[in-house]
Amino acid sequence: MVSGLTIGERQGAIVILVLLAVIGTIMAAAAGRTGDPMSVHGFIVLLFSLAVLAVVFWGYYTPAPDEGRLKSYYDDPSKAGIIIAMIWAVIGMFVGDWVAWLLAYPDLTFDAAWSSFGRLRPVHTTGVIFGFGGNALIATSFHVMQRTSRARMPDQLSPWFVLVGYNLFCILAVSGYLLGITQSREYAEPEWYADIWLVIVWVTYLVLYLRTLARRKEPHIYVANWYYLAFILVVAMLHIVNNLAVPVSYAGAKSYSLFSGVQDAMTEWWYGHNAVAFFLTAGFLAMLYYYLPKRAERPIYSYRMSIVGFWGITFFYMWAGSHHLHYTALPQWVQTLGMSFSAMLLIPSWIAAANALLTLNGAWHKVRDDATLRFMMMAAVFYGLTTFEGSFMAIRPVNSLSHYTDWTIGHVHAGALGWVALITFGSIYALVPWLWKRERMYSLKLVEAHFWLALAGTLVYVFAMWNSGVIQGLMWRTYNESGTLAYSFVDSMIAMHPYYITRAIGGLLFLAGALIGCYNIWMTIRRPAPVAESARWDAPLPAALQPAE
Amino acid sequence: MSVNERDPHTGHMLTGHEWNGIKELNTPVPKPVWIFLIAAFLFSVACWILLPAWPLGSTYTKGLLGTDQRDVVTEQVHNAAMARSVWTGKIAAMDYAAIRRDQALMTMVRQDGHRLFGDNCAACHGINAMGGKGYPNLIDRDWLWGGDAETVAQTIRAGINSSDENTRVSQMPSFGRDGMLDGKAIFAVSQYVLSLSNPGAVKGTPAETLRTGAKVFADNCAACHGPKGLGDHAMGAPNLTDNIWLYGGDAQTIYTTIYDGRHGEMPAWSPRLSATDIKILTLYVLDRGGPPQ
Repeated sequence: MVSGLTIGERQGAIVILVLLAVIGTIMAAAAGRTGDPMSVHGFIVLLFSLAVLAVVFWGYYTPAPDEGRLKSYYDDPSKAGIIIAMIWAVIGMFVGDWVAWLLAYPDLTFDAAWSSFGRLRPVHTTGVIFGFGGNALIATSFHVMQRTSRARMPDQLSPWFVLVGYNLFCILAVSGYLLGITQSREYAEPEWYADIWLVIVWVTYLVLYLRTLARRKEPHIYVANWYYLAFILVVAMLHIVNNLAVPVSYAGAKSYSLFSGVQDAMTEWWYGHNAVAFFLTAGFLAMLYYYLPKRAERPIYSYRMSIVGFWGITFFYMWAGSHHLHYTALPQWVQTLGMSFSAMLLIPSWIAAANALLTLNGAWHKVRDDATLRFMMMAAVFYGLTTFEGSFMAIRPVNSLSHYTDWTIGHVHAGALGWVALITFGSIYALVPWLWKRERMYSLKLVEAHFWLALAGTLVYVFAMWNSGVIQGLMWRTYNESGTLAYSFVDSMIAMHPYYITRAIGGLLFLAGALIGCYNIWMTIRRPAPVAESARWDAPLPAALQPAE
Repeated sequence: MSVNERDPHTGHMLTGHEWNGIKELNTPVPKPVWIFLIAAFLFSVACWILLPAWPLGSTYTKGLLGTDQRDVVTEQVHNAAMARSVWTGKIAAMDYAAIRRDQALMTMVRQDGHRLFGDNCAACHGINAMGGKGYPNLIDRDWLWGGDAETVAQTIRAGINSSDENTRVSQMPSFGRDGMLDGKAIFAVSQYVLSLSNPGAVKGTPAETLRTGAKVFADNCAACHGPKGLGDHAMGAPNLTDNIWLYGGDAQTIYTTIYDGRHGEMPAWSPRLSATDIKILTLYVLDRGGPPQ
């Protein structure tokens, strides 16, 4: 890994890591004086930077890469990103299934603070969304932006900074939850110092992406890059605004949001829903738009639908967040806007899903035979289903039934398992043999097994939560002849129990699929007999050659 | 690549773009897409016209329906209260005995009481009201403070050892921890207490110990639990001669109770529940215990 860096970049990495180690030491010392849990984070930053520093020193005296490297794409960070993403997938899904059992059997906390539902649940959400999803997005975006620009990344250090720095953020986030460090903002729980660090990482990511695009040898920018760029740009904006906060002390973890009351709630859900839009949708649509046509070897069905879909999704999503606050203290006019824009959002969402499925025209026999492509096809189907469900649930009267129930959880997982995870697994199964220059995955049967486990797990999960959610919603609004509510809350809890067990079993199936995927990827990487020569087309255009306009 | 290339499978023209082997068809956006887009937009426009929708500086468009969620909720809550008042009015006005004789009213009490009990009381007393360790069983007709309706209602209103100014106050002192009795005396009195409800359990205990225990009991416990250990509702002191135990009736638990003391708490519910709700809960709890004796 280090052998790919120039000597100057190796020195740059050392400077950055030493600086980080110093920051970690200061955090540990400053917070340690008051016994603030931030000191643990100081030690984590210190250890993390020392560990990466050790890796850099280990490879420091390997020969510098020759100029020949510029004739190929730089894929080392993508390879590392894929492996890290799979590790996070297993961690995040394992904790997810753990908390699923915890809901069915609340005594599983063993009376420890860190193992309570409130602390473990964000470990699950951050682990799968940011750990698994985020690393997969970073890894694939590096791969896709180089190919579709026909240009190598401008340098070797910044992609590593983005990948490694991003994972430091994820580790700070997850360890913080277990320690009880949280802003209590859903999907934005990490405290101020972790947030500042992510801003630095994310701006580097944006600059890297723009620099690569600026070096492109193609006259046009491919759709996947529109989506990746929207993802990077808007996530930066959302993250910064939602996390505006004043730390109580620079030597402590606690901070207070700049917003209060209903403005605070609105800012959080403007962030929250656009995280769904630009992290979990735009980023993964970028994956879909590259790996699906590539794997199917079919042209995109309609360039025009790509355009309408992209601008529709980016424009409408921005307004939709207030549908998370129907029937609350939020003024009703904001709710009406959120509801109506959510309804309009369905059309561009379905345009994107239809564009993907119609691209498979002429390749349906491949969908039948190739589980990798079937992952992507099924992802597009779930994308369509989930966006329909989302728009439907955003209608106020529907929301009055679905809100605060497990229906929401079912909806989220139809999207997260059925759409986000399936497109990611499909893309990874396509990408791994390309990256490691193997003919194909180690075992196609295991890809097939993973597909069916993932699909079964998703369906079991989602159907359990639909049932549970609708039953909950109905129990909470059932009146008896005395004109009072027929059920107490605990009655609805008891009614949920069988569904919670079913859900946990669905999650277990999904986790089992991910474990099989890890094994398959690992065996593919370990397998000898690489393809003799990388495909000729898989290289950037030399600087001298310009494509015909 | 040619700009005028045609895809042989679909028959559509290609755009001429190509990225690493990915091409695009120049298929026009299908008509239904535009129709649905327009339909969704018209739906939105209708929402904006009918409902509060767009901000205008310090105010907003109110919508033709003139609806406001706050007014809607206020009206619905008022109407529901009015509808319920048909029977809640009777509950408030009538006395406990009369209500318990009125089967129609008791049906309402059972329905609403189930929900009130589940949402407020079940967390400690269990959804079946049978309590648990440290939480009294409410349907065994054995009462710490007395089982007549007004007494039960007062317990719900003010709580036990709560922060309410009218709270019931009761405490089992820590005879051992606070040094009032030595270990030997505590063992003796615990064996004696055990013998009151379960003579069989102290068969192996020397008569001397039980005699000592009886004396310790008379000197230290009888003030609250009564000379015969029958308890006292005025003090909230439990009857020690029956087989109903709040913390457990085995020798070890009795010893621990005397050594460490007990200081159970029940919150006052008057700040949270209305007088009628408390009356309904009282009736519900008594009703769960069976018909009036």
